[in-house]
Amino acid sequence: MLDETKPLFIAVAEQIEDGILDATYPEGSPVPSTNELAAFLRINPATAGKGLNRLVDAGVLVKRRGVGMFVAPGAIEQLRRRRREAFTQTYLVPLLREAAQLDITAHELAQMITKEASR
Amino acid sequence: MNALETRELSKHYRDVAAIDDVSISLEENRVHGLLGRNGAGKTTLMKLLTAQIFATSGSMRVLGEDPVENAGVLSQTCFIQESQKYPDGFRPLDVMRISQGLYPAWDQELARDLVADFRLPEKRAIRKLSRGQLSAVGIIIGLASRAPLTFFDEPYLGLDAVARRLFFDRLLADYAEHPRTIVLSTHHIDEVSNLLEHVVLLDEGKVMLDEEADALQSAAIEVSGRLTEVDEFTTTAEVLHTARIGALATATIVADGEQTAAAARAAGLDVAPVSLQNYIVHRTTAAAPAAAR
Repeated sequence: MLDETKPLFIAVAEQIEDGILDATYPEGSPVPSTNELAAFLRINPATAGKGLNRLVDAGVLVKRRGVGMFVAPGAIEQLRRRRREAFTQTYLVPLLREAAQLDITAHELAQMITKEASR
Repeated sequence: MNALETRELSKHYRDVAAIDDVSISLEENRVHGLLGRNGAGKTTLMKLLTAQIFATSGSMRVLGEDPVENAGVLSQTCFIQESQKYPDGFRPLDVMRISQGLYPAWDQELARDLVADFRLPEKRAIRKLSRGQLSAVGIIIGLASRAPLTFFDEPYLGLDAVARRLFFDRLLADYAEHPRTIVLSTHHIDEVSNLLEHVVLLDEGKVMLDEEADALQSAAIEVSGRLTEVDEFTTTAEVLHTARIGALATATIVADGEQTAAAARAAGLDVAPVSLQNYIVHRTTAAAPAAAR
């Protein structure tokens, strides 16, 4: 469920980000509390809190004292921008490496993508 | 504040140093892992810290004070031992009644819930309980005592997967509501690794690692690819373990943050994470030949 290739608190933050991007947590809505996340993911509450605070620092979440944490206005736009910047490294580079091993040219690859996308 | 501190603590049995020059600090209100192989000194260290045995040299502070013959500190400390002995004829019910008088923060309602969760026959003589049921008695005392400092020594021997999960969940839930210092000693590292905030690894009585769990999680990576490329990439790295099959190889190396993984990927190698359990296995086996030399 969590991406184990990364420090746990970063995996927690990314899971919340995914929830924001797929509208599980719309802008302005509350996200799970530290203890709820810890119990659900079976991790230490301090680690869950560290993940949430990372998103507060990035401006993705806002803390309302005594109430909880909420998705900040503009969070979706911010996350999309950041993930687009990482898209090439995360997805395109490995894709092109595998394509090269299989002698698939960039042109063929583009055709495959177009075909798959129109299905 | 630190819940406990030791300075150059040693415990010798004739020529054997069961605990050898151990200096550690465990911050309060966190979950600490005390890890290591059988015979590494985990139980001895916990017995020293709970004043059940006496140190040969060195000093320690537990909840700010010397624990030896200190009833104030000991009533704030709960030590669940793997091989706890109970008086003849005792039933879980009797153990809980005594614990209730012993621990000022005892929560009887929690104890009752846990007895039901673990399906513990509380009126059966303790000597007739299975190993798993005996572990459940310890877990119930350890959680319901709500002691500011709680030691669990191999808490789930004999417990099945369902009961281990139960222990895990109840510990997390109760710790979240009532933060306190918990020291978890075990060699089932993978099952507890997500729960730990800080790890102390003992090997032959010495501290081998004393680190934040976050840092350990990315302390090593496994790189794999063609043997020549793996060899070339790892010449300058600290290699913990290698394996090869034909022209392919994998190597577990100490990583310097994300840079090492990025460099390996750039060199065309596959990168995989190393679990805390594997990291510790590699660390303790890599140290053995070095120590023998």
